[in-house]
Amino acid sequence: MARILPEPTPETQHFWDGARNGELLLQRNKATGEAYFPPRPFCPKTGSRDVEVFKASGRATLYSYVINHRPRPDMGTEPHSIAVVQLEEGPRMMTNIVGCPQTPEALVLDMPLEVVFEKVSDTISLPLFQPAKG
Amino acid sequence: MKQNSVAVVGAAETTKMGKIPDVSVIGLHADAALNAMKDAGLNPSDIDGVACAGISPVELAHYLGITPTYADGTSVGGCSFMLHVRHAAAAINEGLCKTVLITHGESGRSRVGAAGWGRAPSSLMGQFEMPFGVTSPPTMFTIPVLRYMKTYGVTEEDLATVAVVQREWAAKNPRSSFKDPISVDDVLNSPMIAWPFRMLMCCLVTDGGGALILTSADRAKDFPSKPVYVLGTGESVETPMVSQMEDFTSSKAFRVSGKKAFDEAGIKHSDVDHLMIYDAFAHLPLYGLEDLGFVKPGEAKDFVRERNTAIGGKLPMNTNGGGLSYMHSGMYGMYALQESVRQMRGIAPAQVEGAKISVCHGVGGMFAASGTVIFSNEK
Repeated sequence: MARILPEPTPETQHFWDGARNGELLLQRNKATGEAYFPPRPFCPKTGSRDVEVFKASGRATLYSYVINHRPRPDMGTEPHSIAVVQLEEGPRMMTNIVGCPQTPEALVLDMPLEVVFEKVSDTISLPLFQPAKG
Repeated sequence: MKQNSVAVVGAAETTKMGKIPDVSVIGLHADAALNAMKDAGLNPSDIDGVACAGISPVELAHYLGITPTYADGTSVGGCSFMLHVRHAAAAINEGLCKTVLITHGESGRSRVGAAGWGRAPSSLMGQFEMPFGVTSPPTMFTIPVLRYMKTYGVTEEDLATVAVVQREWAAKNPRSSFKDPISVDDVLNSPMIAWPFRMLMCCLVTDGGGALILTSADRAKDFPSKPVYVLGTGESVETPMVSQMEDFTSSKAFRVSGKKAFDEAGIKHSDVDHLMIYDAFAHLPLYGLEDLGFVKPGEAKDFVRERNTAIGGKLPMNTNGGGLSYMHSGMYGMYALQESVRQMRGIAPAQVEGAKISVCHGVGGMFAASGTVIFSNEK
């Protein structure tokens, strides 16, 4: 079964273009410097439209997660993590943790992570996270 | 709203509960509505306000033959009915209508005449949550919990204890889906759904419905049942994406809604005799006890383990057995409201003797929304 994919909108297209190019793009308020996610053409704190897109470091920590033992048909048959990571720049985002066993022992809260991109179609690459190598 | 200005004068659940393969969604709404009208001694022509979630109030009004001057289709998930009560109170006080019917019906298990659910792949959830394999609530509502557990030292046993205590209440309720006693070990040995959540920490999936009828307090004494007054109400919403909750250890919507309701009601926590906290999953009563201010952050696990919310405890909670053991059709809030009304009327299967104030707190979506209604049986 084909994986359920996101459908970009004009307000989010830059994020998915970045992901396809292997870059995690966030936005920030130009006046305050505060980063936010998910994408929108204004700062959710102040309502200011004076915002810019920037490339995030890709560094994060594991904030919370579940291990789904009843995977959706398009996600395979093995239990897998559904996680929220804390990005170094401040925002949090949902993702999957890859490159390690999908067990409570291997998935420890606050462990350092780094982004990797999984190409799932010609236009979409998903930002996933793996244990930091550095 | 003005304290005690509006009252519940009709309340009923569907004739059957649990597995109802021979009734469609709109049929469940109608069955509950007719039962509530019978309870109040009213006919459809006596109703001039309608509210429902899941189906449109247009469908409801036409199906029942009601010509309303007030219609509320607020649909923010399982606590929609708490918001309907709040909005109905305001509408009645403002003179928009006199008598409001609020209905819920859901073929959660049998899926007769039920709409599918899914999210547009272009929505923010569709773009930034669905691609990572979230399915239904067991993989979304549960996402914040490991952070909560780490922050406050909450264990899997603590989560299991919530389910165990609620099963004890369910055993006293003839209409409960599950009545057999369970132990913490039973919960921890039940099938893994989404770690750390086991099957017995997750709600049931059933068919059913319920309805409420509200009118002004000065008319309420003319109805057959003991009036149940609306003392205070609150509501709020936070985010459609659980991953974007501001604080994974506390719901902002819970805090805002709860404080508003307590402020309106003008009561202290020690005044509360009976409590309902929407329990789609075992962690929700823990978040609710803390976010409503009954205990300090991190203390709910001890409060439940020390049996304060159990039979004979000082704060009886989820006395119908809750979504974990009584019933859960998908939008459980209506059943929590029904149990609060029964307790205030003095007719609950597990009646809290002498209860005068009941707090009923609901959640919608995955910590997306919240509604709180505080009832009293004294004016």
